[in-house]
Amino acid sequence: MSIAAGKITISTSPFLHGVDTTPRIMWEVTLTLLPVVAAAYYFFGLAALLLIGATIAGCLAAEYLFLPATKRKSALRDGSATLTGLLLALCLPPGFPLWMSFVGGFVAIGMGKMIWGGLGNNVFNPALVGRAFLQAAFPTAITTWSAPDGHYLSLRGTNLALPFFQGHAVDAISSATPLATMKFDHVAAPLMQLLWGNTSGSLGETSAILFILAGLYLLFRKIINWRIVVSIVAMVVAFSGIFWLMDGSRYPSPLFMLLSGGLLLGTVYMATDLVTSPITPRGLWIYGLGIGFLVVLIRTWGGLPEGVMYAILLMNACTPLINRFTKIKPYGHS
Amino acid sequence: MNELIWIFISALLINNFTLSLFLGLCPFLGVTQRMETAFRLGLANIFVMVITAIAAYILNTWVLIYAPYLRLISFIIVIASVVQFVEIAIKKLSPVLFKALGIFLPLITTNCAILGLALFSTNKGYGFLEGLIYALGAGGGVTIALVLLASIREETRILNIPNVVKGTALNLIIAGILSLAFMGFAGLFGSH
Repeated sequence: MSIAAGKITISTSPFLHGVDTTPRIMWEVTLTLLPVVAAAYYFFGLAALLLIGATIAGCLAAEYLFLPATKRKSALRDGSATLTGLLLALCLPPGFPLWMSFVGGFVAIGMGKMIWGGLGNNVFNPALVGRAFLQAAFPTAITTWSAPDGHYLSLRGTNLALPFFQGHAVDAISSATPLATMKFDHVAAPLMQLLWGNTSGSLGETSAILFILAGLYLLFRKIINWRIVVSIVAMVVAFSGIFWLMDGSRYPSPLFMLLSGGLLLGTVYMATDLVTSPITPRGLWIYGLGIGFLVVLIRTWGGLPEGVMYAILLMNACTPLINRFTKIKPYGHS
Repeated sequence: MNELIWIFISALLINNFTLSLFLGLCPFLGVTQRMETAFRLGLANIFVMVITAIAAYILNTWVLIYAPYLRLISFIIVIASVVQFVEIAIKKLSPVLFKALGIFLPLITTNCAILGLALFSTNKGYGFLEGLIYALGAGGGVTIALVLLASIREETRILNIPNVVKGTALNLIIAGILSLAFMGFAGLFGSH
């Protein structure tokens, strides 16, 4: 980082303290998610709110239980566990059983954050650790998507399933997500539908426009780093664009890639996690480009329709390496 | 050509020996305190795997067609002597590496990843070139896993890890999360 003339004002004390404390940032990010939560309720009904409640409860329980081990003062009120729970719920399908959501929230904070020593220490994004765990543990439940039905009080029969009991499949009208239709039938959903969000998918995979607005706000507030956002979007557009130009009937358009699935959710809220992204500017570019590349790779040629979660987790795993190899040398050192 | 690239990528990422097939976990957990050591062990692994592939091909082509019941024992003996050879060579060429690896180089002798490589490439009916590419991919995959775990472990040294999970417990959990992340490669390019 260079201190160029005119970029920094040097003055004498006294200085005012900034107000951007950890709880403030966490609650502010949580607040930007409220429109998304409202959209999830609008599209999926009561099930959305119950799922969010269950994951947040799991997260807070883990945070509370593991707190003595980290020898820290209570971090329950700093909002980070609530944010993790909310993000995890947004990557779950609306018909997901509540008890599994609770387990997912517990694992997300327990395995993703607390055993690393609490907030600020984890290498992997906690919400995605929870999501990957749920994907491995309950592969059927987590890939059963139901379409938005517009009933504000609607629950899905599978929501109330109990652990270790064979749930009886009732009234769950399953419906493929836009990414799955693209992958298996080569039919792209209309872009306007993706933009406004009337599609099947996870709670937070519906309305693209809300994420664009929230992302712009967070960028403006400098809470998320623009380098990550720009590099992911640029890589996804470039990589998928090449194949789309070669064969537009087989490969989805870059716009479809950007607006569908969890790409915007992942880009704005998960890849930009302050803790798990690299610390150097050059490292941030490598990190973002890597995520973009892996997303298109897994979506286009992988066995799964969606790869944002795995792309971010894999680049989280590479973050210590990236930090190491993009270390900034102080001026004068060889 | 396509076939060869596919074999390489499959062994490197999709059926990663360490993170998908859970082979060779002893060096994975034992020699990943430092990244340099882990990287060199990875290179040693590639080296031994390539030699194993050549040895397995020679054995399969000229010896085991007459005596298929000797497969397991002959693989083990050949691999053991190959590793012995590597150990002698490393002792001569790089005493530092020899010191760093300590007990772990002989451990590769009985490493399931090496025996697994010989058995898998036999079962898949790979020829000489295919076997060689398979070994390179598998060795590269093991190296990736070793380096990733080592770099994360180096990072955990400066973290405030709770006492209950310090050490092997945390390493196993990191390995588990890495394995979860590698599940994303499942089915890449129509594999299974």
